[in-house]
Amino acid sequence: MEKFTVMTGLVAPLARDNVDTDAIIPKQFLKSIHRTGFGQFCFDEWRFMDRGYLGIDPASRKPNPAFELNQARYHGASILLAGKNFGCGSSREHAPWALEQYGFRAVIAPSFADIFFNNCFKNGLLPIVLPADVVERLFAEVAAQGGYCLTVDLEKQQVLTPSGEALSFAVDPLRRHRLLEGLDDIGETLLEADAIAAFEKAHLAKSPWLNKQAAG
Amino acid sequence: MGKTLYDKVWDAHIVKQGEDGSSLLYIDRHIMHEVTSPQAFEGLKLAGRKVWRVSSIIATPDHNVPTTDRSSGIADEISALQVSTLLDNCETHGVPLFRLEDKRQGIVHVIGPEQGAVLPGMTAVCGDSHTSTLGAFGALAFGIGTSDVEHVMATQCMLMTKARNMLVRVDGSVPAGVTAKDIILHIIGVIGTAGGTGHTIEFSGSAIRNLSMEGRMTVCNMAIEAGARAGMIAVDETTIEYLKGRPYAPDGADWEIAVEAWKTLHSDADAVFDRVVDIDAAQIEPQVSWGTSPEMVVPVSGRVPDPADEADPARRAAIERALTYMGLDARTPIEQIAIDKVFIGSCTNSRIEDLRAAARVVDGRRVAATVKLAMVVPGSGLVKEQAEREGLDRIFKTAGFEWREPGCSMCLGMNNDRLAEGERCASTSNRNFEGRQGAGGRTHLVSPETAAAAAVTGHFIDARTLA
Ligand code: SF4
Repeated sequence: MEKFTVMTGLVAPLARDNVDTDAIIPKQFLKSIHRTGFGQFCFDEWRFMDRGYLGIDPASRKPNPAFELNQARYHGASILLAGKNFGCGSSREHAPWALEQYGFRAVIAPSFADIFFNNCFKNGLLPIVLPADVVERLFAEVAAQGGYCLTVDLEKQQVLTPSGEALSFAVDPLRRHRLLEGLDDIGETLLEADAIAAFEKAHLAKSPWLNKQAAG
Repeated sequence: MGKTLYDKVWDAHIVKQGEDGSSLLYIDRHIMHEVTSPQAFEGLKLAGRKVWRVSSIIATPDHNVPTTDRSSGIADEISALQVSTLLDNCETHGVPLFRLEDKRQGIVHVIGPEQGAVLPGMTAVCGDSHTSTLGAFGALAFGIGTSDVEHVMATQCMLMTKARNMLVRVDGSVPAGVTAKDIILHIIGVIGTAGGTGHTIEFSGSAIRNLSMEGRMTVCNMAIEAGARAGMIAVDETTIEYLKGRPYAPDGADWEIAVEAWKTLHSDADAVFDRVVDIDAAQIEPQVSWGTSPEMVVPVSGRVPDPADEADPARRAAIERALTYMGLDARTPIEQIAIDKVFIGSCTNSRIEDLRAAARVVDGRRVAATVKLAMVVPGSGLVKEQAEREGLDRIFKTAGFEWREPGCSMCLGMNNDRLAEGERCASTSNRNFEGRQGAGGRTHLVSPETAAAAAVTGHFIDARTLA
């Protein structure tokens, strides 16, 4: 996984609560067996006037001018500012894949849905929880100021605004460490392979039915 | 201090406790489908890793599969490739698989319990958020993303931080004709779609205890719609009775030992919850969702809300947006909303009891002429077979319903079962998000009885008034 330390980027606002994973990446794109190629379909139903499908010619698409992210001033944004309960709905990791491949490295919101929040960390996309009133204020600043950028410093756990204000955020120490170092979760867990094997042996001996196989 | 049910199952699976509060948790059961597994298998292959315990997995295709005649395979090439990728991966790694032709094939959350593959006290995962369904058995079950599918395959563990304990207690008796689906929709209406975020919800109280296992699964299924990754219900005689004799359930001497152990799987009387919500069962009516989030529900006797009544500007905007998307006017009585399609199916409501309940309403009636399509999609091949033995298929077909092959179908429309732009559907599924059942489609979440009543009248109606 790519390391995440400090990044500065243009902020795009999506001022809606409960943005669900079906909106982030609609179901027809989940048929892909690959891990890439989802960025062009991020927010597909909101972003385009026509209906997308895997293999559609990107040059043929008609962007929806009413969708926030399509405004020229937000092109190239790498930080998404969002409403409450962002990423609710399904467990599809295609949602963080799509956001990350679209170009986002961080999402700032007052709250996130649990599974989505978790999935983000596995993909170098940093979900940042800031208090609702702070997020409100950021929305106003983004709207008021063209080219509004924020700096996200994971090491210091701070978001820096253009006026120099530092907004602290909490992050689970283990996740922070892994993102900072770009560590692979599976490799880290497998360092505990002996402990897992020992636990498993005792656990299955105590409850042998846990490993029962059905005939047929 | 006593322990909650969640505490007990969690504690029994800790391989290693991290200093930072994270735990390495052993996973007993892993259920797999075609959509969220291909990239995980690919990851394993690229890293040269093996599956840790193949016998912990069962796999089946469900999200993408056609629900019409399957004798000539899957016509959609991209879907066909995704399903064949699952078959190839399972073959390569020796993962047990229920193929399309196998009558045990069906929706992941239906087939696991049906096979007895999800047992009390287990930890269970699946690359699908509605894995919470399985908590009905006193198991700790939750959905995971593809990276974690790979992680569990490679290590048999999840690295997690424990959630908080929340209790939703539904005491009293529900009025006649009020179902498990109405209970959970009502709960979500009360606590909101983020009401359980960061928590594991235990559902308790006499109204929950009085539910069958099918009903309990319906409730836990939608814990995720209340924001909780897992929902759980204590083990009792109903649980044990359901499991007896199922293929993966213990037998012989093991059965007795297991049952003794399972009987401890309830929260202790002095257990402390971080949050408790009390619901009066007697106040619950049949529910219909009117908007684009499962918390947007009202009783069938009610009306669509008026945004003007909402003081909070963000909520008012959300209501306005939902009404526009749903093509509804404020204050419209729910019973005046006409529907185009009816979908009875999904991991929420496609078990035998759901089909029986819908068939009771449909029996002797006909699908209204204004309804373009009414379909029943059983949750598994075994549910379908059972329903056909009981003659339910004939009741549905005589009434003008389509009787389909098992799968997720129009719950999310990854196959050909979809709503067209602007079509309105009475659906027994669990999500009414924009575009969920097809781009531009409008979903109303209801119980099987309410869906059946809508099918035969062409609009929403309290099914109890049809009796
Ligand atoms: S039936 Fe619907 S909610 Fe259930 S697993 Fe399938 S797609 Fe997901």
